[in-house]
Amino acid sequence: MADQFKGIDPMVYNSKINVPYSWWAGDTASRFFISLRDEKKIIATRCGTCRKTFLPPRKSCPTCFTENTEWVNVSDEGTVLSFTVARRKFAAIPADRKMPVIWALIRLEGADTALLHYLDDVKPEDVKIGMRVKAVFAEERKATIRDISHFKPVR
Amino acid sequence: MDRAAIIGVGMTKIEKNKVRDTFADMAWEAVNKALDDAGMTIDDIDNVITTSSDFWDGRTISCMAVGDASGAAHKNVSCVEGDGTYGAFYGMTRSLSGSYKTTLVTGHSKGSQSVSSLITNCSFDPIYERGLGMDMVTACAMQANAYMNRTKTTAEQMAMVSVKNHGNAMKNPLAQLPMKLAVSDVLKSEMVADPLHKLDCSPVSDGCAAVIIAHESVASKFKQKPVWLKGVSFCADSFFFGDRDISRAKSLAQAAKKAYAMAGIKDPKKEIDVAEVYDAFTYQELMWLEEMGLADDSTAGKLLEKGEFNIDGRLPVNASGGLLSGHPIIAAGLYEMAAVVRQIRGDAGGFQVRKANTGLVHGVNGLGGQSHCVWILGKDK
Repeated sequence: MADQFKGIDPMVYNSKINVPYSWWAGDTASRFFISLRDEKKIIATRCGTCRKTFLPPRKSCPTCFTENTEWVNVSDEGTVLSFTVARRKFAAIPADRKMPVIWALIRLEGADTALLHYLDDVKPEDVKIGMRVKAVFAEERKATIRDISHFKPVR
Repeated sequence: MDRAAIIGVGMTKIEKNKVRDTFADMAWEAVNKALDDAGMTIDDIDNVITTSSDFWDGRTISCMAVGDASGAAHKNVSCVEGDGTYGAFYGMTRSLSGSYKTTLVTGHSKGSQSVSSLITNCSFDPIYERGLGMDMVTACAMQANAYMNRTKTTAEQMAMVSVKNHGNAMKNPLAQLPMKLAVSDVLKSEMVADPLHKLDCSPVSDGCAAVIIAHESVASKFKQKPVWLKGVSFCADSFFFGDRDISRAKSLAQAAKKAYAMAGIKDPKKEIDVAEVYDAFTYQELMWLEEMGLADDSTAGKLLEKGEFNIDGRLPVNASGGLLSGHPIIAAGLYEMAAVVRQIRGDAGGFQVRKANTGLVHGVNGLGGQSHCVWILGKDK
């Protein structure tokens, strides 16, 4: 039998899965985002049993399996635990981000867990694990994680 | 406890674009190869587990679309979303349950049909993280930096994993990317996300693998030599990346310890003859080996340099070429399992290792190895 694909492109069925979807942010994340938007303050939840402070905040402690009942303010300064620099424009990168994009895991003072966010105002080659960084808030804030524009080195 | 064994394996060739095969077509091929390998017909199978991921398959309830081609009509069929090693775990429990004797487990995916960055971005928390635009590659790059910083593993050592595994793949006709590489080729390949070069990353792949798991009462009834499931465990770490020490894989250390205990292994370094570990990225092979106690902390890179993980080394790791040479997500763990089964049976062909009485298989779920599944397979019951 002759090869039906010889000399032609294989057949494809082109489509796009595009389903509108809204996540209710819920009590805990809403409080965190409102605090970012209205007060430029980073707040976190704390476990009453082990006293661990969780950022991003969540309602329950994964270790103790109890409800985190306390809210605390954490610093807008912290330490880079790790980072990466995207050199390729990956499809998931938001259109408004300039290349190269630097992401970091940042443990803010007062928190026991680290927050994922952008690093900016720094050259990629100057980023080091252990460096001190500070939050820069967005001018226009819409109660999302990007109300923090990015983190920049503490000079 | 009753025992179970793998009595048949079947895999499609791993390819960049399987333009001739739908998901069901891939399943048809892998299932029939596994039945042939076992010397069974579909009537000898009494239940089926399919393993797939809805996002990768571009449809909901993706597991149900491959049942017909997997011979699941008129049988009890269930599914797992996650790596194939987890599907096999469910399959084993069914074969041991008393309700079933022979379980067919399949795993499939096609990376070629979507945009992997967009798919893996969706594994991040939608409220706190997803909008930042990270994906599996950038998340693992961040983990690679943390691992290198803690262990002083070098870019050259990581590149050597790529050289070794792509080289091993030249002996495996099912591998997608057999290549003779030098360390400099890896280091000169495109930097995609620091510190990972293109050749530090596994490719986008299509493929399907199937294994047949039998209760001991029927394990020797068919053609194939049974390979015994001696130990298995899986453990998970925290979901949020920032909750974990990403330079480590605590859940892997736990899972390995439990699997060794179940298999009666006291000194894994001496007792494991061959291993297939989840090398989606070069650093992962080294990191996972250390966490499983197959290399001391921060030494895997040095042992690799000495050739210990080569196909003729002390502990051959990813003799099949590993996932760096072909990475059909979801099916990946079943490909690894099948490779170790063939090693233990002595029919791994060109990538057969000298001694293979006891083998280890390692699968991963989640970003940067949130969850790990460790299997110990053996020649002797």
